[in-house]
Parts: sequence; structure tokens; C-alpha cells
Amino acid sequence: MNFDVRVEIRGIDGLADPEGQTIERALPALGFGAVSNLHVGKIVRFRLAANDEQAAQRVAEEMCERLLANPVIERFEVTIRQGEQSRFLEGS
Amino acid sequence: MTHQVGVVSFPGSNCEHDVCRAISHLGGSAKIIWHTEASVGEVDAVVLPGGFAHGDYLRTGAIARFSPVMAAVRAFGELGGPVVGICNGFQVLTESGMLPGALRSNAGMRFISETIECVVSSTHSVLTANAVLGARLFLPINHYEGNFVADEATLDALEENGQVVLSYASNPNGSSRSIAGIANRAGNVVGIMPHPERASDELLGSTDGQVLLASLLDAAIAFAERSPDPSVSANVAS
Repeated sequence: MNFDVRVEIRGIDGLADPEGQTIERALPALGFGAVSNLHVGKIVRFRLAANDEQAAQRVAEEMCERLLANPVIERFEVTIRQGEQSRFLEGS
Repeated sequence: MTHQVGVVSFPGSNCEHDVCRAISHLGGSAKIIWHTEASVGEVDAVVLPGGFAHGDYLRTGAIARFSPVMAAVRAFGELGGPVVGICNGFQVLTESGMLPGALRSNAGMRFISETIECVVSSTHSVLTANAVLGARLFLPINHYEGNFVADEATLDALEENGQVVLSYASNPNGSSRSIAGIANRAGNVVGIMPHPERASDELLGSTDGQVLLASLLDAAIAFAERSPDPSVSANVAS
């Protein structure tokens, strides 16, 4: 079975995010002064063949722990959809 | 002829020849090791040079860690062999878990390329053994991701154990506790952001990096004497 996997990676809480801070400081110049807690991360999307959703989740998390994220500075969130229902990979 | 120093070349490394030249300038011998090699060969020290290994894709050093040669570098380090990562090489060492912490984007989000003042914070390492504690060295930095981070307990332990080998006199990149370089507990695996090879000749504007590379050469000689059979390190590392 094919699953579409979306991994969101961002800095761990409490770690300075200079890129997010810079963007947050720029927004008021455009009139968006109500923004706070802006963070920049990255998203990795891929298709994964697995027996079921639990297996896909497990494999994706292991991929995160071993390569996609650096646990010293990053945390990750895995979201999984069965291929046909997903729009994650559109446009990629 | 036994090469004293093996300098690993990843796709995207760009300081490997500079390091070899600086080592030769000090009377040592160096050879380049391509990253697909399964062994570091008959060397008595290993340098992971600066550059952009594997394009720095995903994170700096994240892919280089999986290059075949890295298993050999790890084994060589575990034997007590001197291993030094410079700039991108430091990033590879943290990603591979051979050194603690991580290197993030500079505070201020600027690529920094300048010669700055560093302070020798510990001489308990293969890179700083010949230096004077507290000595000020003018060394070039050339990085976007040089902002060293680790949790507070790790930072405390690094300082208490004398594992912070080099600090910035004036913090240029937001590094925790102004750390410019660290060593493992044994002192044989070292990572630094500044480039000693770029401060190894009067023509380059500074010779302050010589004492660091000379320390490494001495450590290489000491390691060779400890394991007189040159095939030992090669076999274990293969």
C-alpha cells in the first residue's frame, strides 16, 4: 500500500530561530503587526510503500530520527495519508 | 612512505588541498582520501576539511556522515587516532555523533568571512597541545552555520572537562558561550570553525594557525609510535 508522508521539521523549543525572528520583524513594515511566535522550518514529502499506516508511521519516524531531523536541534511531526486521499505530493 | 595525515575529500569539499599544503609547509606529509574509500589507509591522523560536503543538503554534514569513509574515520578515532574537523568538517563530526552539539545558522543570518581573534581555552587536545593556554590567535572564519548549540548540561560538561579548546574573543555568530571549537573527552577528536590552514603562511596574513597544525603533526607522530605497526590502524579501520 502506498502512503503519502509529510514531515514537518522545526527547531526545538527554546532554541533561537534567527530566520523566523528576521521575518517576524519584517512583517510590521507591511502592516502585519499582529504576528508573533513566527518560526521557520522545513517540510519533506515523499511516498512510502508499507503494509499499513502504523508501519508507515514507524518507518517515517525512524527516518526522521536517523537522517531527516537532527534531534539535538530539531523536532519533527509526521503526517500520513493513504496515497489516493492525499494532496501532499501534488505539484511536486 | 607513510602519510602522516589523511585529508578526506567529500564531493563539495574545497579546503583539502589547502590543508595538505599547510601540513607539507610544516614538514609533514599529507594525502587526500576520497570519501568512498572504506579505509583511511596507513595514516596517523585524519582531517575533515572545510567546504560544502554533498552540497550541505538537508543540513550541513548530514549526508557526509553516511559516506563510506566515515565508518573508518570513526573507528580510527575510537582507536585514539587524531581526528580534526575544520569548519564543514566540524559540522560532519557533530552530525556523525563523534562530537556533541550541533552547528546552526549564524545569529544575524549572515555568511561571515573575516579573520577574527580566538583564544586557546584548553590545551587538552590534539589540536591545541602545543599552544599556550589563553593565547590569542588570529584565524579566518568562513561560514554560515557556525553557531554552536548544545543543551546547558552538555555545555557545562564541555567547559568543566576542558573540552572547549578554542573560543571567540568577540562572539561573531551567536555560538553558545562563544565556543569556536571543542574536543571529545579524550582530546583526540576535535572540531573547530576557524581555518588554521588559512593562517599558516606569512603570505596569507597570519601564521597563527601553525601552532594548531604543528600540534596535530606531533599528535600524529605520537600515535604512530604508540602503534608501531602501520598496518594496524589501516586494518582496524577497514
